[in-house]
Amino acid sequence: MKKYILSIITFLLILIGCSTDDSGIEDIDGNNPDSDLIGNVFNRENMLINWADNMILPGYNTFLSSLKVLNNSFENLKSEGTVAALQDFKEKWLLSYKEWQHVSMFEIGPAEEIGYRLQMNTYPADRELIESNIIGAAYNFELPSTRDAKGFAALDYILNGINSNDTDLLNTLTQNQDSSKYIQYIEDILADMSSHTNYVIDAWNGSYRDSFIANSGSSASASVDKFVNDFIYYYEKHLRAGKMGIPLGVFLGSPAPQTIEVYYSPEQSKIMFLEGLNAVQDFFNGVHYNSNQSGESLASYLTALESIKGSQNLADLINEKFDIAREAVDALGSFKSEIELNNPPTNMLMAYDKVQSIVPLFKVDMISAMSINIDYVDADGD
Amino acid sequence: MSILYRPYQKTEIAPLIVLRVCFGFLMILTILRFWFYGWVEKFYIEPSFHFKYYGFEWIAPLGAYTHLIFLMSLISSIGILLGYKYRLSVLLFFLSFTYIELMDKTTYLNHYYFVSSLAFLLFFLPAGRYFSLDSKLYDSKVAPQVSRWTVDSVKLLIGLVYFYAGLAKLNSDWLINALPLSIWLPAKYDLFLIGPLLTKQWVHYLFSWGGTLYDLMIPFLLLYSRTRYFAFIVVIAFHVMTRILFPIGIFPYVMIIATLIFFEAKFHQKILNYLSQLLRLKQVKNPKQYQKNINSTLNKYITKPILVLFFVFHILFPWRYLLYPGELFWTEQGYRFSWRVMLMEKSGYAQFKIVDTQTKRWFYVNNSDFLTPFQEKQMSFQPDFILEYAHYLKEHFYKDGHRNISIYVESYVSLNGRPSQPFINPNADLTQEQESFKPKNWILPFNHEIKGL
Repeated sequence: MKKYILSIITFLLILIGCSTDDSGIEDIDGNNPDSDLIGNVFNRENMLINWADNMILPGYNTFLSSLKVLNNSFENLKSEGTVAALQDFKEKWLLSYKEWQHVSMFEIGPAEEIGYRLQMNTYPADRELIESNIIGAAYNFELPSTRDAKGFAALDYILNGINSNDTDLLNTLTQNQDSSKYIQYIEDILADMSSHTNYVIDAWNGSYRDSFIANSGSSASASVDKFVNDFIYYYEKHLRAGKMGIPLGVFLGSPAPQTIEVYYSPEQSKIMFLEGLNAVQDFFNGVHYNSNQSGESLASYLTALESIKGSQNLADLINEKFDIAREAVDALGSFKSEIELNNPPTNMLMAYDKVQSIVPLFKVDMISAMSINIDYVDADGD
Repeated sequence: MSILYRPYQKTEIAPLIVLRVCFGFLMILTILRFWFYGWVEKFYIEPSFHFKYYGFEWIAPLGAYTHLIFLMSLISSIGILLGYKYRLSVLLFFLSFTYIELMDKTTYLNHYYFVSSLAFLLFFLPAGRYFSLDSKLYDSKVAPQVSRWTVDSVKLLIGLVYFYAGLAKLNSDWLINALPLSIWLPAKYDLFLIGPLLTKQWVHYLFSWGGTLYDLMIPFLLLYSRTRYFAFIVVIAFHVMTRILFPIGIFPYVMIIATLIFFEAKFHQKILNYLSQLLRLKQVKNPKQYQKNINSTLNKYITKPILVLFFVFHILFPWRYLLYPGELFWTEQGYRFSWRVMLMEKSGYAQFKIVDTQTKRWFYVNNSDFLTPFQEKQMSFQPDFILEYAHYLKEHFYKDGHRNISIYVESYVSLNGRPSQPFINPNADLTQEQESFKPKNWILPFNHEIKGL
């Protein structure tokens, strides 16, 4: 009998040893009641590899190049001091800003660790803070309190918000008594952006890529679960709310056009949104960065799971909604004019609804279909 | 064997003692887990709002003092393990643990309900009279005897839990479509050895049907001595499997140790002998004697009626869902406290719209401003959560100076992998609805049908 008891105890110990990660709420997953998964196993690791090697790293590298081009243009502006050089700098700033919209969603690992997104693109910019920094207040870009005084939005203010034309701006940057301070401030912003970007890329080139891919399980802390949560969070909070919803006032009750992205060059807000929307859809479909090829993705995962919405494939339905949303936003005027000239801004609200309509498909149907654990909810299930 | 059941027939105490010791031990681990994972802070102290059980709104976390309630649970479970002031310990444990569970229904789990129920039952059982600091008695030759009903009441509770869990599986989603297991299992395709099997459809059906048969039959297989050892091996295999596949915390262990109660006293006495050897316990000369008379009077006028009510409650309460219209899995009216364990895959999305009834101005609520991700997840597919949250929002915005407001919710829910469909009537002003036991007619009907119990 003693042996019997011992064997039970041993068994329980083995069980504790080999059980799965304790920290996940009950799993969520979903597929058509009639679907048959035999032979339809999807390999999450391949998806992670595709994300890392064909989308995330190339995305970061392209963005880093755009920053380098921006830096070179700035050096050129400093040495040449011409309106043409200034215009080139502005142009390169805009190009880099657009590239940024393709990597902003990858807030995981090293990016998450340093709060990369907020370091690079916190808006609206704080113009008083920027002005006081430039004219001599001590500032430390390491501090979170300076986030709205640096990055793309601060450059937007300096390049588009101080002077109404390029000649005056060139004057401010090169002829004014404070010119050297302006130049120094831009230089500091660029250095800060490059250093954060290099940090993220170095970490991915180092060990992070492998650990990201190796963590291919299905639990709250697994890469797919974490990343899908981050991805949906980006779509909901930064693309939908940040770029459209908040300026529209859907969360405040009254429009707040002063909160739009690229406020000082407002015809760009919509363009940035569309870049972001395209980036999100490409990511969803696993389209390789700067290429027409595609690999394992959320869409192919959904297809593999044969998750069906009505008679339609869920991935197709989501893509269809993406296209409808893009069309609706595309048809709008600039966000600023839509919001300021219309009360209520009906057309933009309707376009917002189209953008919003993808959220439940992500948060309910897709999450359900993929067994994605909701954001680090590490409670027990039963 | 007599057909007549004699509740006061004497039997060995050992099964109750093993139950007490194991239960105390597991509860110590349970409470420590709460601290270890930081759940005390995360679930009870950090959230600014808590979802309450109807009728228990007065039970709330006590800020930083919430830790004291957990400490009380921990100390009392040590008391249970050691058999130190047993009745007081188990009473304090029941009160503190139940208080913890009632603080926020976001964390509702059937196995916590089971723990509370078992603790309640244990209070009335003489499980501190042997192998305890109270009695200082462990010699098997002079072990006190107890009435048969004390051991059998535990068997009845466990049997009810299993059997009702089995009945709950008798529906078309579970049996005909192998849902939600055919959703959950394939995601575990990368598990060692069994992973590849988990993607096979026949495995989903095997697990669904096997689980149903297990739940329905195991109480009976454990009752009969011939099938008991086999049944216990099945119990272990079943719970090990659930432990590997799903993050269900301590529940498998609780059930495994609880089912030990079905074994003969001899078996338990051996465990106790083994433990006393291991701990080098020494025999005490004059063990405490219990007076039979006091206990039997107590038993007649207090214990018996209370426990009869306790079991009547446990037998009837899970059936209350029959009083509500609509699909139980959809409306969840009468879903909790009914041993419906890992029965469905449900997720939702709820966007609240605050409308000023006079100016007609409106805005959406950012749920993460008020709820933790866990609360938001649970809220999004449970009507009583949605209503309670809407009322909380009303209060919040009232304080902000918003007077005449209506609150509407646009919500989508997916049940067992079906496409998401609208959940709550988007035209229902939730500020006008009140929580009650009455049917919630603002839940939209389920577009599908699930047959069965």
